[in-house]
Amino acid sequence: MTVESTAARKPRRSAGSKAGTTGTERTTRTTARKSAEPELVQLLTPEGKRVKNAKNAEYAKYVAGVTPEELRGLYRDMVLTRRFDAEATALQRQGELGLWASLLGQEAAQIGSGRALRDDDYVFPTYREHGVAWCRGVDPTNLLGMFRGVNNGGWDPNGNNFHLYTIVIGSQTLHATGYAMGVAKDGADSAVIAYFGDGASSQGDVAESFTFSAVYNAPVVFFCQNNQWAISEPTEKQTRVPLYQRAQGYGFPGVRVDGNDVLACLAVTRWALDRARDGEGPTLVEAYTYRMGAHTTSDDPTKYRADEEREAWEAKDPILRLRRHLEASNHTDEGFFAELEAESEALGRRVREAVRAMPDPDRFAIFENVYADGHALVDEERAQFAAYQASFATESESGFAAGSGGN
Amino acid sequence: MAETVTSKNLALAKAINESLRRALEADPKVLIMGEDVGKLGGVFRVTDGLQKDFGESRVIDTPLAESGIVGTAIGLALRGYRPVVEIQFDGFVFPAYDQIVTQLAKMHARSLGKVKLPVVVRIPYGGGIGAVEHHSESPEALFAHVSGLKIVSPSNASDAYWMMQQAIQSDDPVIFFEPKRRYWDKGEVNFEAIPGPLHKARVVREGTDLTLVAYGPMVKLCQEVAAAAAEEGKNLEVLDLRSVSPMDFDAIQASVEKTRRLVVVHEAPVFFGSGAEIAARITERCFYHLEAPVLRVGGYHAPYPPARLEEEYLPGLDRVLDAVDRALAY
Repeated sequence: MTVESTAARKPRRSAGSKAGTTGTERTTRTTARKSAEPELVQLLTPEGKRVKNAKNAEYAKYVAGVTPEELRGLYRDMVLTRRFDAEATALQRQGELGLWASLLGQEAAQIGSGRALRDDDYVFPTYREHGVAWCRGVDPTNLLGMFRGVNNGGWDPNGNNFHLYTIVIGSQTLHATGYAMGVAKDGADSAVIAYFGDGASSQGDVAESFTFSAVYNAPVVFFCQNNQWAISEPTEKQTRVPLYQRAQGYGFPGVRVDGNDVLACLAVTRWALDRARDGEGPTLVEAYTYRMGAHTTSDDPTKYRADEEREAWEAKDPILRLRRHLEASNHTDEGFFAELEAESEALGRRVREAVRAMPDPDRFAIFENVYADGHALVDEERAQFAAYQASFATESESGFAAGSGGN
Repeated sequence: MAETVTSKNLALAKAINESLRRALEADPKVLIMGEDVGKLGGVFRVTDGLQKDFGESRVIDTPLAESGIVGTAIGLALRGYRPVVEIQFDGFVFPAYDQIVTQLAKMHARSLGKVKLPVVVRIPYGGGIGAVEHHSESPEALFAHVSGLKIVSPSNASDAYWMMQQAIQSDDPVIFFEPKRRYWDKGEVNFEAIPGPLHKARVVREGTDLTLVAYGPMVKLCQEVAAAAAEEGKNLEVLDLRSVSPMDFDAIQASVEKTRRLVVVHEAPVFFGSGAEIAARITERCFYHLEAPVLRVGGYHAPYPPARLEEEYLPGLDRVLDAVDRALAY
């Protein structure tokens, strides 16, 4: 069998490419991928048309009563999230942020699922859930502290039932499962949602969270945004089966939803949350979407994926399709879009100003909150650090001529 | 009316069991989690009878997945519970090492103090019981290096009882190393008199010629060493550290300023072990008091050996006495 080079694999990712017919392994995998695609739940086509068929009916009923106002709300959420995200990317380019992980292209998956939640539900995000944070009412500027390097998580998780961003891939799925076990013990009817990605699906912690949640029937929704790329690795490097099918092996349902269809994401997440609330345990939702931008501002996707692929996904843009639907349904007028444009710019400005005004933390913050009940060594090192800092203050106050020694 | 029992002679394992029972009774948020902790009562029976009395929702048999145990305990703590999780053996903790180091230890700081994780991770540790591979390790230094964690290890039944009470009450994550070779050693436990703060060392034998510092399973050995040395006319002080992080350096300093010689004993490998940290800090604090370099006795830089060799690997009476002689010879 021929050994394929990485370069030889690349064209296979391109939309419409017919490459990849040599070698048994390649053929098998391509087949697996293609057979998976028709199983997507979609309620809104890329052209903005409502999909109505028997297969989707189970989910469609969860958005049957959606009002024009709610649709405009979803549109507004997605537009503002994208504007915030673009501003953060710009702020990184201007040197105001050290790094940014853009959610560009994943707005529907995040707003659809985020708006399905109740206030008393609890969210465990990765580091890219800016749209979900928006839905939870977390001030967008709070998300930027860790990317600017002034803190490692700038919000109170219990303030909005939105946990801190988790950077180490997949770890938060276990926290979500444990939290959900607690919800069940408390007899509450709220639910928990754990976000993760296609890359994280390979982590042992995700597998263990599936096991634990299934065994304890925990009210948790696993919301996997399959954005096709884990930095440079395509989903084929993580799995041989469509990700949603993994749930079956754990004994709970999995469903693949069009992650660029905000209505379908809203409906499917509502369905999954209802299952959790009704004591039916965990559900895996695979939102099939696309990371339009780089993994982070440090990444260069031109090294590993073709422009044609991105272009193919641009045609399925989540915001564009809802706009087409709103316009075709006469749910909006020019005034709506003009107002939203102004609101977007105001948000961008507010975020820009807030980031630029964000002060560096006090140097003694190093020693803050290491322990809840204190620790002798931290106290000792803080005192040493203070004495060391004070030695400089003494010199500048008394002047170098005085020759006052440091510590 | 039955008279209240204020004290009992208990094996160390049973003392922990009583302590867990008391915590479960006192606070409905306390949970026990781990592999085989339910009907079986754990492989060392430390949780014996607890599931029967408190139910499956509070004494939870978990899937065999250590990362999952600690990761879900973190989630339960975020929900307001106080989980006490059991890692079945020292050598099995490493699948959970990421959750402990990356998540459990840091979340309080990451949340700027808004989140507290009162999780106790119980780990039966150390050798001397003739076990197979991965059942005799002493990984405490691997945790002590991590800020955000507190590391304790009782040496006797009374401490085991009270330190567990204090660990469960702590709002910080505590790694509770249980000296498995001492599980069956009996001691008097007074249920009313709290022996002292969790992180304070205790002088278990006063002496003037040299200080032996140990914690957990090695405290008893050091007491035996001191008794043997006394027969040779050497008067050794023995300090039970009880807590590895934070460590009571003031107590070690006070002892060394008196005896001027220090030997540290632990089962863990000497290289980068707690003894290295003690030697460095005591050298700094007691430079002008020391009559000899701080010596260490512990495991070697080799995998924990097969059971038939563990007596050679572990610090024993003669090996510690040899270090004592070398320190006194300076």
